[in-house]
Amino acid sequence: MKQFSTVTLLLLILLTASFVFGETYARNETLYAGGGMWAPPSNWNPITPWNAVTGTVGLIYETLYLYDPITDNMKPWLAQEGLWISDNVFRLKLRKGLTWSDGTPLTAKDVAFTFELAKKHPEIYYSSMWNWLADVKVIDDLTLDFHFSDPRYQEWRYNLYQIPILPEHVWSKKSKDEILTGANEPPIGSGPYLFETYSQDRMVYLRNDNWWATKLLGLKPAPKRIVYLRVLSNNVALGMILKGELDISNFFLPGIPRLKQAYGNIHTWYDGPPYMLPANTAFLFVNTVKKPLDNPELRKAMAYAINPKEIAEKVFENQVEVSNPLGFLNIPAWMNVYPEDVVRKYGFRYDPAEARRILDAGGFKDVDGDGFREAPDGSKMHFDIIVPYGWTDWMESIKIIAKNLQAVGINAEAKFPDYSKYTEDLYGGKFDLAINNFNSTVSSTVWTLYNWLFNPDIQEYMTNGNFGRYQNSELTQLIVELSHARTVDEARETVAKIAEIFLMEIPYIPLWYNGMWFQASTQVWKNWPSAKNPYAIPCTWNGWWQMGGVLTLTGITSK
Amino acid sequence: MMSKYLSRKMLVYLLTFFFAVTIDWMIPRFMPGNPILILVSRFSGMPEATKVIYSYLTQAFGLDQPLWKQYINFWRAFLSGDLGISIYMYPKPVFEVLKEAIPYDLALLLPSILVSWIAGNLFGAVAARRKKLDSFVLPVLYILTATPYLWLGILLAWTFGVLLDIFPIAGAYSFSMRPSLSLAFIWDFLKHWILPFLSLFIVMLGGWAIGMRNMIIYELEANYARYLETLGAPQRLIRKYAFRNAVLPQVTGLALQLGVIVAGALTTEIVFSYPGIGYILMQGILNQDYFLIQGCFLFIIIGVLLANFFVDLIYVFIDPRVRYAFGGETA
Repeated sequence: MKQFSTVTLLLLILLTASFVFGETYARNETLYAGGGMWAPPSNWNPITPWNAVTGTVGLIYETLYLYDPITDNMKPWLAQEGLWISDNVFRLKLRKGLTWSDGTPLTAKDVAFTFELAKKHPEIYYSSMWNWLADVKVIDDLTLDFHFSDPRYQEWRYNLYQIPILPEHVWSKKSKDEILTGANEPPIGSGPYLFETYSQDRMVYLRNDNWWATKLLGLKPAPKRIVYLRVLSNNVALGMILKGELDISNFFLPGIPRLKQAYGNIHTWYDGPPYMLPANTAFLFVNTVKKPLDNPELRKAMAYAINPKEIAEKVFENQVEVSNPLGFLNIPAWMNVYPEDVVRKYGFRYDPAEARRILDAGGFKDVDGDGFREAPDGSKMHFDIIVPYGWTDWMESIKIIAKNLQAVGINAEAKFPDYSKYTEDLYGGKFDLAINNFNSTVSSTVWTLYNWLFNPDIQEYMTNGNFGRYQNSELTQLIVELSHARTVDEARETVAKIAEIFLMEIPYIPLWYNGMWFQASTQVWKNWPSAKNPYAIPCTWNGWWQMGGVLTLTGITSK
Repeated sequence: MMSKYLSRKMLVYLLTFFFAVTIDWMIPRFMPGNPILILVSRFSGMPEATKVIYSYLTQAFGLDQPLWKQYINFWRAFLSGDLGISIYMYPKPVFEVLKEAIPYDLALLLPSILVSWIAGNLFGAVAARRKKLDSFVLPVLYILTATPYLWLGILLAWTFGVLLDIFPIAGAYSFSMRPSLSLAFIWDFLKHWILPFLSLFIVMLGGWAIGMRNMIIYELEANYARYLETLGAPQRLIRKYAFRNAVLPQVTGLALQLGVIVAGALTTEIVFSYPGIGYILMQGILNQDYFLIQGCFLFIIIGVLLANFFVDLIYVFIDPRVRYAFGGETA
């Protein structure tokens, strides 16, 4: 009995002690974010950024530059400045006083190491750069020269805000497998936040109070902690915003226009339609090597037959905008080179009568009288349009597309295979028509769009772009030329030629801009970015921290 | 005698295990699609690099080898306790994935299954003997058991979580907390646990109660019960025998439910954004994560086999007929 009471006493002491010391994050110091993490956290490796927990690049590892798509401004970040000192040498100066979170100084050697690592291991995603990069020379602790064998100015500019700089003193000790496939836990970076803890449904970042930018630029992220949530359904995310438990949400939530009216405290970029900034362009990919889809007249007729406005209104409740005929996002970097006169001359618009005329003229006629047209050689036409099952907004969209195509006599049907089947069919070239937007994302150059749309390297599996296997050597040439463009004028000239081929051939049909979904709660944090106060793009998705996510954190204030 | 019974059972279990695991290995591989393609599809970078990564990963996962070799590799790794690396949650080992997720399922499903089983059986048995109670409660039970689970979950979450704002609607514990052995944390955990628990409990309760009620009525109408009645045995005794017989199928049902706990409770997880293996398993299937699917189903197979085994054992004790069949009068 005596023993029993001793144990009880001990337990009680333990419980009270932990009750006192058990940690709860203060609400006004914590930012709850969601929409960019779907799997339980398992990977913080910046070498595999697409697979890492969102924030790995941006919050922990940093890039040389940040990029602001709203103003088309490259903001020197780890870099102090960078300029072309000759046609093929780029001189980069780092800021003085950069440190890694373990206190080690961040120097030019770390930058050189990061690039040279990809030379050593061709499996690293940016290794193809070494086809046109010749050498990286460290001049002193803060300066280094990049010597190019074949300078691709546009691609280089893009890479400057894409490639995360790694600490040499940590990564030089890693084995090849650790570098390429390791989880990299815990990550040591230079950024505004530190890896604190995680569990199945959350990732917790702690502010790095020794961050270089606080000292050098006077920037201090407002939240002491970021708790990044894995929320499994829209209902829950919506409920949490309404309760004020989720501060920033980058989920696609249907019905925001109505909810905004009902609940005053849902903050969006625009107060009215389209509410959201654009994030990428949804394209209708056409399998251009399959008969009769290899016929440009048929593709052109489809472009005239489809009504994206109906999709934007009915499916997205005007949370998205209809694309222009080239699929260019409405951002300065892309619109600066938009060839207005080419589009005026060859561009298409929704016009079913014109679609019928093109089909009639091209010999696509309903011979057997079943209500659908046959190919010019008399064979029956039937196309499946595919999107992954469960992607409800896209599923509704392709139903409308199928209906639009049927209205002009093209027999098309909406199909919803599982995601794995969708990728297999799309990459393997076993589809007729498919929607995709995986890499038409906002960037500093429209070259990234074309490089993805018309990736010339035709393989058994097209894992990244050009799913319809469109081949045109002139176009390929022009896209390479575009990556070499040094000035906007040079780029504009090349883009005009590309656009002309694009509109004559219409290999793929741009439809609408998917939104950079953003809803914020103003219950705890204020001064969220908006169209009226556009200081940064408030996005917490992978790859977007350096396009505004980090600056959003330094811009918001506690209420 | 018992050992003869057990060894025969063991042999059957081993064979079942072997075939089940083989099928478990085969099914994901015969699904259309390719897991590495899905993995690289998430990659947004230079198209040139994707090709290199694709072949590197295919090799790293050993998927470039012929199928028979992959099958041998699988058994070899399995026997040394290695379940492989998850492709979906790359590069986390499958065992780690399961270890982190399954405690949540146990904490949720074990109590809800057991409590609903006990409550349901008692309730059903009582209802079967009281005409008035029966005619009033039975329809309610039928409605409960037929309730679409998703609907009930959302209703509970919306009512108690958003409208009344008594309970949280997401997570296993507050997103502002770190797990610790403190009263505050335990209280917080319970607050998050109660709605998912209730939703499971309510739906399961109906099923068990109806099963028990029907069985009791059936047993009370059986010949042995009528015979006892004509012999003038007291009602209590007859009911006791009826209950002992009626509970047998319920025990089997319980064991099977417990056996598939490892599959998780997918809908609960989605509706309450609660952690667990269900959602991960579904994502594993959608992403064709061979190793994760294999690992999950392996535990499900083991769970079902163990559950059956225990039923066999328990039957020896609760069903004298099994004892007599194998052990004569000795038991």
